[in-house]
Amino acid sequence: MNYKIYPLGDQAVIIEFGQTIDEDTHERVKSATNYFEDNPIEWMTEYIPAFTTVAVFYDPLKVIEYLGETDSRLPYEMVVEELDRKLATLKEGVSEQARVIEIPVCYGGELGPDLSCVAEHNGLTEKQVIEHHTKGDYLVYMIGFAPGFPYIGGMTEKIATPRKEEPRLKIPAGSVGIAGGQTGVYPIETPGGWQLIGRTPLPLFRPEQTNPSLLQAGDKVVFKAITRQEYDDYKEGEV
Amino acid sequence: MIKVLKPGLLTSLQDLGRTGFQKHGVIASGVMDPVAHRIANLLVGNQKDVPTMEMTLSGPALRFESDTLISLCGGDLSASIDDAPVKLWRPVFVKKGSVLRFGQAKEGCRVNLAVAGGFDVPDVMGSKSTYLRAGLGGFHGRALQENDELRTEEASSVAKKIMASLKDKSDGRNFISMDWYVASEFIPAFQEEQPVRAIKGRQYNLFKRESREAFFHEVFKVGSKSDRMGYRLEGPGLYIKKEGDMISEAVALGTIQVPSNGQPITLLADRQTTGGYPKIGQIASVDIPLMAQLKPGEKVRFEEISHDKAQQLYLERERSIQQLAQGIRLKFN
Repeated sequence: MNYKIYPLGDQAVIIEFGQTIDEDTHERVKSATNYFEDNPIEWMTEYIPAFTTVAVFYDPLKVIEYLGETDSRLPYEMVVEELDRKLATLKEGVSEQARVIEIPVCYGGELGPDLSCVAEHNGLTEKQVIEHHTKGDYLVYMIGFAPGFPYIGGMTEKIATPRKEEPRLKIPAGSVGIAGGQTGVYPIETPGGWQLIGRTPLPLFRPEQTNPSLLQAGDKVVFKAITRQEYDDYKEGEV
Repeated sequence: MIKVLKPGLLTSLQDLGRTGFQKHGVIASGVMDPVAHRIANLLVGNQKDVPTMEMTLSGPALRFESDTLISLCGGDLSASIDDAPVKLWRPVFVKKGSVLRFGQAKEGCRVNLAVAGGFDVPDVMGSKSTYLRAGLGGFHGRALQENDELRTEEASSVAKKIMASLKDKSDGRNFISMDWYVASEFIPAFQEEQPVRAIKGRQYNLFKRESREAFFHEVFKVGSKSDRMGYRLEGPGLYIKKEGDMISEAVALGTIQVPSNGQPITLLADRQTTGGYPKIGQIASVDIPLMAQLKPGEKVRFEEISHDKAQQLYLERERSIQQLAQGIRLKFN
C-alpha cells in the first residue's frame, strides 16, 4: 500500500494515502481505519480519518513502554516503524460492502429557505433541484467540522451553488445544505454559510450512543423526499 | 458541596478531554492548561483525569459548604478567601462556610481549581469535560451559573492525610495553605513578549520565504476574538506561494493554521477535529500552557525548535510530573 507518514506535532502523525479526493484514496483510508478499529493499539489514543489522510494520536510514554523500553530512540521513530509494520499487512481494495443510510428530507418551505435560490442560480425549478438531489450517488468521505457532520461527495454539478455571502448565525440541527459542489447535513445547531434546501428529522448526532455519529466515513447515502406531514410525524414519534 | 454565588466570566468543569471520539467529529474539549490541571489534582490527592474547575479572566465567587482541601494552579487571578489572598500551586485547607473570590487577572488568563475527590458529574463519552457548543458533559453541559450547587466525590486517603495535617495547624482560621509548593519548572514563566516554542508545520514549506521568516521572528498580538477554540493572532501577514484549496485533514492541540487573510490561528482545547487551512507551525506540547495563559491583547513570539527537541522536552516534563506525584505519595502515605 502506498502512503507517507509525517509528524503532526510531538504526539501525532499523519499518514497520507494520496493527494486527491477520489474513491481509490478513500479505499486506502478506509482500509487503514478499519484495521485500527478492529486491532486497537495500546499506545494509540485515537485516530482521525479525513479525505486522503489518517491522523494517529499517541501517548509518547506508552510508546516507550510498549515499543522501546530498552532503546534510546524518540517516540516518533518507534511509531513510524510500528505503523509501517502494521500497514504492510493491509491489502489494497479489499473492503466490505458499504452501508447504505437513507436520510429522509423535507425539502423547501420554511425548512429549506434557500431551495428557490438554488433553483434560480442553476436555472431549474424547485422540483428539478429536489430530483437531482435525491438521485445522487453519495459517499461519505469523512466526518468533521462538527459532531457527526458528514463531508459527502457525489452531488451533481447541476445544483452546485456558492455559499451565502453572509453566513447565518444559527442553522438548525438537521438542515440539509449545499455549498459549492458539496452537500451536507448539520447535526447540531451551528453558524454557517450553506444554502439550506431542506431538513431531516433524523438525528445525525446521538451523544448517548456508542457510535455518536449516525454516519461513518465510507457509508453510502440516499436522500429521500418526504412531506411536511411525514417530517412532523417523525419528529413526534422520536419522543 | 460548593455553591456558586457568582459565576464569573466563563467557569466550566474540564478534565483532560474527550479522547477517542474525534473520528465522529466530537471535539476533544478539556482544560486549556493541562499542566496546571494535573498539578492541581496531584496537590489534593486526585488522579490526573479528575475534573477541575477552569475559570477565565474574571473568576467566580464560591462558598464551601463543608471543610474542603483545594488547590489553585495556573494564572494569578487574585484569589482570596474572606479578603485574605490565597497562594497558588499548593494544597489549601478551607473551612466550611468560607467564600473564595477572585479579583483582577494579574498574570495569566485562567486558573484551575481542584477539590479533593473531584466534582461529582456524570461521564459523557468517557469524559467529564464541558462541551459548551453541543451542551454536553461537565455540569449540565454548560458554564456554571449563579446558585449552582456542585457535589464532590470522596477524597482519597492521601487527601485526607494532607487535610488532617493542615487542619491541625489551622487554629480556627478560615483557611490555611501548605508551607511548601511545587517546583518552579511547572509554573509558567510569564514574559512581556511571550516566547512559545514551536516546530514547523506540515505545510510550512508552502509559505513564502518572507512569511516563513516572519513567523519565527516577528511578534504577534492575541486578538480580541480569541477563545477556548483558538487564539486569533494579529501580526505580519503570512501567505502561501500558490493559492489553492488544501484538502481538509486532522488538526491537533497547538496547530497554528493560516486562513487566506494571512493572520494565524492557534488551535486550542475546543478546536474542531479537522481543518482545511495550511499549517505553518505546531506549538510544542510543553509550551501549550504558555499559549493558553495569554490574554487578548498580549504578545507572543514563536521560537523554532526541532521535532526531536519537542519530543525530548515533553518526556522530561512528564518524568518531572511523575516524580512530583511520587513525592506527594511518599510524604503522605
